[in-house]
Amino acid sequence: MTGQKTDPVLVEARRLAGDPEDSYRDRIVAALYARAQTIAYRTVKVAPAPCQDFDWRLDAILTSRLWGYPIMLALLAVVFWLTLKGANYPSALLASLLFAFQDILTSLFHQLGAPAWLHGIVVLGMYRTLAWVVAVMLPPMAIFFPLFTLLEDLGYLPRIAFNLDNFFKKAGAHGKQALTMCMGFGCNAAGVVGCRIIDSPRERLLAILTNNFSPCNGRLPTLITLAAIFMGGLLTTAAGAVAATLTVAGIILLGIVLMFFTSWLLSRTLLKGVPSSFTLELPPYRPPQVLRVITRSVLDRTLYVLARAVLVAAPAGAFTWVLANVHLGAFSIIDHMAGWLQPLGKAVGLDGYILLAFILGLPANEIVIPILLMSYLSIGMLTEVDSLATLGEILVRHGWTWVTALNVMLFSLMHWPCGTTLLTIYKETKSLKWPLLAAVIPTALGLAACFLVKLLAGLLGAALGG
Amino acid sequence: MGLTNQATGFRTLRENFLPARTGSYLVALAGNPNAGKSTVFNALTGLRQHTGNWPGKTVLQARGRFTHQGHTFNLVDLPGTYSLLANSAEEQVARDFICFGRPDVTVVVVDATCLERNLNLVLQVIETTTAVVVCLNLMDEARRKNIVIDVPLLAGELGVPVVPAAARKGEGLGRLKDVIAAVATGAMRPVPTPIIYDDDIEAAAARLVGQLQPHLKGRLNARWVALRLLEGDATLLQGIQQFLGVDLSEPGIKLQVKEVLA
Repeated sequence: MTGQKTDPVLVEARRLAGDPEDSYRDRIVAALYARAQTIAYRTVKVAPAPCQDFDWRLDAILTSRLWGYPIMLALLAVVFWLTLKGANYPSALLASLLFAFQDILTSLFHQLGAPAWLHGIVVLGMYRTLAWVVAVMLPPMAIFFPLFTLLEDLGYLPRIAFNLDNFFKKAGAHGKQALTMCMGFGCNAAGVVGCRIIDSPRERLLAILTNNFSPCNGRLPTLITLAAIFMGGLLTTAAGAVAATLTVAGIILLGIVLMFFTSWLLSRTLLKGVPSSFTLELPPYRPPQVLRVITRSVLDRTLYVLARAVLVAAPAGAFTWVLANVHLGAFSIIDHMAGWLQPLGKAVGLDGYILLAFILGLPANEIVIPILLMSYLSIGMLTEVDSLATLGEILVRHGWTWVTALNVMLFSLMHWPCGTTLLTIYKETKSLKWPLLAAVIPTALGLAACFLVKLLAGLLGAALGG
Repeated sequence: MGLTNQATGFRTLRENFLPARTGSYLVALAGNPNAGKSTVFNALTGLRQHTGNWPGKTVLQARGRFTHQGHTFNLVDLPGTYSLLANSAEEQVARDFICFGRPDVTVVVVDATCLERNLNLVLQVIETTTAVVVCLNLMDEARRKNIVIDVPLLAGELGVPVVPAAARKGEGLGRLKDVIAAVATGAMRPVPTPIIYDDDIEAAAARLVGQLQPHLKGRLNARWVALRLLEGDATLLQGIQQFLGVDLSEPGIKLQVKEVLA
């Protein structure tokens, strides 16, 4: 702004007012409002309305001090429970269908006399990764997105922002960050772009840097799958389903807590300042257009995100297959790489393959688990992974316990954002510093958390064993 | 400064949105947050921009087009704002587009369930430009809440056409397109009722208008600029320099303005 307060023209204009400097503005705005009031008074007739009252009463409950948070948490749990339970069956069905087709592909390749390496890259690399991404990703997304959009259409998101505003203020962040955080559950890159709704550059940066703590739909299926296997006992019992739901909800909550914590820390160190005020309108509750929501969220979001995942998964699958099958000496490239990472992985309760899968999964979080499976399977003998149970077996055979699963979930929540998000952060901030920081902060937190869990689990084991 | 500079500076904002093409019109869609602008936008263009029930959702300006009565209309969905006072980035974007982007028609989408608050924006828009259509949206919700609006009277008070609509149900959109086309082609010429301020402001504004007119050359509503200057809106000076190439705080001009104000 060039000389906002000192511009001579403005000074002159104000001098003419002969009053405190905002007098003209106040009088102009007052005249405007008075005119609006007069027109509205003349043209609008309002009969006593029961509906308005209903909105008001609903808000009194949903945003009350007593009920606001419990209702929010309960809704969160219900959404994840529905996603977990609902995704389980179609996931298994999709997996068995897609892997049955893999057999057909394989026999086709044999009949045509294709060389083994071609079959390896195309079928074992590309197709198998694709099949995994579709089977694991599609059902949770197709359930989670519409549920989330329904809440959005209903008008619940601004209420979340209203409920959380106090926390954001205490963390030195902007209240609208609640909205960008919610967008992050869909896609972090979208969440980062959404941070444009925050005017103050400082608070926008806070929102951008912490958006990654909302596990996006690329990571949600990983959380859901692992929780179902290791915490939910494959969801065969009601208690198992509840345990898995609580685990996923707990991880999400932890993400939100860390988001507040990081915002708080940053606003006291790197990004000092006081939060600016803003007006948040609580829109009326509107009956959601259920059918439209479902079609739009399936067509626009689910398929769009899936298409992106597939585009990344195919080349990544081929690449990983090559890494897993080209041998240098006695071991494949992937084994060498995992070997280098093994000490760090083991130190924090993971292993080298897991860390490698996260690194190779940089283009998109959706492909982390498929890559991990492929690198595990390249040294094992199993060829098909068509159910949660077999997936669980493979993981256990590679030394996984519930501690490993928990740590993978934690690391999935807290590690560098995906490539798209990093690029978006760079575009939004025009500086390499911020994407770098956005990657370093969660990774450091993630490694620390995993280390802590491993330590505590070790102590717990020792206490129980001794 | 030069004429070419003025011309290019002025054209760019408009041409960003409307590639030089005959027979197509530029329509801006303004409105309060959550008044259903995006729903109207989707309904008019058949596009599927995501609509969400929370204010401030339209971060990026969405663009789309529709054809009606043989004309092509390029629609720009502006960010939702409560006013054009340029207090926030959204407000400035909306303000700049309406006054410097020179849309052929500005449609203000209004929430019928809280007309009074929404009218503040309408009044500010009709002060800026005359080619305005008010879309009285969410009429279905207003009916549900037993709110009755005298539409002809409202149109009379404002001096611009008012089209009641319920965009979610597709109600009133045919009429809206008709009216947009009529205003764009000049078949209908709205004459907004000016807001009369108190005598001091009117007198000062009138004197400023006389001085501003030679510089603005009819490209902006001089009365509106005068009022903004009296208000102390520095962002407008920047906008005028950026888009019109006229620096009102240049020494020569400053002197003239000073004379008026003295």
